[in-house]
Amino acid sequence: MKEVILVGLNHRTAHVEIRERIAFPEEGLDRYMKALYNLPNLAEGLILSTCNRVEIYAATKDPEKGVEDIKGFLAQEHHLSLSEFEDTLYVLQGEELVKHLFRVASSLDSMVVGEPQILGQIKGAYRVAHASKTTGTLLNKLLHKAFSVAKRVRTETSIGNRAVSVSFVAVELAKKIFAHLEGREVLIIGAGEMCELAAQHLVRAGVQKILVTNRTWERAIELAERFHGEALPFSELPHALLRADIIISSTGSPDVIVRKEEVSTIIRQRKQRPLFFIDIAVPRDIDPQVNTIDNVYLYDIDDLQGVAEANIKDRQHEARKAETIVATEVEQFCRWYQSLELVPTIVSLQEKMEEMRKKELAKTLTAFPKCSDKEHRAMEALSEAIVKKILHGPITLLKKQGRNSEGESYVDVVKKLFQLDEE
Amino acid sequence: MNVYLFQVTLILYLCGTITYLIYLIFTYERAAWVGRYLLGLGFISHCLTFILRYIEAGHTPVVNLHESLSFFAWMIVGFFLLMRSQYKVEILGAFVSPLALLLIIWAAVLPKAIPTLPPALKSWWLPIHVTFAFVGDAIFALAFCAGVIYLIQERLVKSKRAGGVSQRLPSLEVLDEINYRALTIGFPLLTIGIITGAVWAEYAWGSYWSWDPKETWSLITWLLYAALLHQRLRVGWRGKKAAIMAIVGFGAVLFTFLGVNLLLEGLHTYVQWSG
Repeated sequence: MKEVILVGLNHRTAHVEIRERIAFPEEGLDRYMKALYNLPNLAEGLILSTCNRVEIYAATKDPEKGVEDIKGFLAQEHHLSLSEFEDTLYVLQGEELVKHLFRVASSLDSMVVGEPQILGQIKGAYRVAHASKTTGTLLNKLLHKAFSVAKRVRTETSIGNRAVSVSFVAVELAKKIFAHLEGREVLIIGAGEMCELAAQHLVRAGVQKILVTNRTWERAIELAERFHGEALPFSELPHALLRADIIISSTGSPDVIVRKEEVSTIIRQRKQRPLFFIDIAVPRDIDPQVNTIDNVYLYDIDDLQGVAEANIKDRQHEARKAETIVATEVEQFCRWYQSLELVPTIVSLQEKMEEMRKKELAKTLTAFPKCSDKEHRAMEALSEAIVKKILHGPITLLKKQGRNSEGESYVDVVKKLFQLDEE
Repeated sequence: MNVYLFQVTLILYLCGTITYLIYLIFTYERAAWVGRYLLGLGFISHCLTFILRYIEAGHTPVVNLHESLSFFAWMIVGFFLLMRSQYKVEILGAFVSPLALLLIIWAAVLPKAIPTLPPALKSWWLPIHVTFAFVGDAIFALAFCAGVIYLIQERLVKSKRAGGVSQRLPSLEVLDEINYRALTIGFPLLTIGIITGAVWAEYAWGSYWSWDPKETWSLITWLLYAALLHQRLRVGWRGKKAAIMAIVGFGAVLFTFLGVNLLLEGLHTYVQWSG
């Protein structure tokens, strides 16, 4: 009976210096998987390599030798000696492995819990493995189950739909004010790095055009070019406020550069079309009183941080819900896995006894060549009855106990008692 | 028969409301879906209730208060379901369904016997006038709910509490758009409702307008919505002000519909009081 084993390391067990050396490049991953698959003790294999983790899943008949194979493989492929990284590795099998994989896929094991990329990365790895035919029944079943668990976690908890980074919070807020971001214009005042990051997120969310204004004209042009946007002279700020719906500001100015009175006039000219100010400058660029005007919304860096923190707390709460889902799924999967072993054990037990019975009966019959058909049938019936009676106990026990978590040990005992693995 | 179906409708609306509230409180996505189906089933059963009662009564069953409340709830649910197919704002259901439920519970405790129609009301104008008036009112009810959600969401965004509940509410712009759409559809309907009423009054009572309290209050309601529409188109009153106006306007709608009958005397008294 094959078993799945896992050898891996992640952001908690290994520093980035180790992780980057153990990581497998995306290009040529199929070759690595084939090399893994060809190791003597492995029957199936899959490599999951992201910037936070490298994990090798494999099916093997001999877990101990399998683990050694994988460790050797890691060392050899990366030209390292095993002692350099062996203490960062974790080895899992059985229920623990299933739980680990389900948690990883559901993004519960991620550095930022709930981040959505990991599921895609696992799916990508599986696609490569499947195409290179390095997975078989066991890994296929295990991974498909992991995908469905991850999906369940996504739909039944809100673990993934809260922004936890400041620049992403800005996008989330914009979506609360505006129905959609397509076709909106964003104005960037100043040219901080945070500005750029937030603008990037907004563009990805569908914002059409980026306007840039800066006291230094060259900087404005430079940034505008990067976003295929439009640079505006600083003096045209009021005009830009008429066009843009979202304003991100981070200048080094010691004073406020957008005043409440100005915004009051502008919002009237805009016929009350909403304005969303994101002020990430310290000291602040936008008069905090702006937030009191109807249809004008202002978030400064602390406000954004506050929302992000609230979201993180919320995620932790959702993560607990997700853990419960994972636990039930793990139990179900393990039960299924054990039942896999149960049926073949019962069948081979019956076959073995039947074989013995026939052999012994044949021996006896040769000693009594003259016995009648009736006597023959009686002997046949007798032997059958004895075998049936003997097997009744063990089989009932297996069928019953096979359904709980101890099932595995009974399967082992029965196998040993009747020496089922010998042939 | 229609009374049993009415009870089925009531129970379906009740279950729909509960599921929608579960959705609002626990963010359980599937609850919104279940809630919508329950409300949809309730609507179908409400349709059958109406048809059966129509057949039994021989006139459009919008004559006494029980019938009118039930009709109003029916219209609200119907237009919510219709609107839901355009704007994917599930959460509106958590506000609309309790409103419909309250109306239908009120209808449930009133006498349900079929009233005899006074000769003055026997006319084709009855269904025409009443339908226009109630469809307009139902659409204003949706605007009212959108307005309430708008104020909550606006408060949350302004006070920087954008996590939690705010997450479940639609964007301010969508809510404002629902408000505007409801206004542009509801206002003409209300206008037609008032005009058909006047024409019918000419046939039935011999004068187009007699300053009966219901007429007066309809006019006040009409003026409120006219003002909102005007402000919106001229100076771009949107967002908070428009939401507040939608809420005030619906207050006037309710008073015209219910307050006038319960508090003031006039020609529009429902059949069961006038006998």
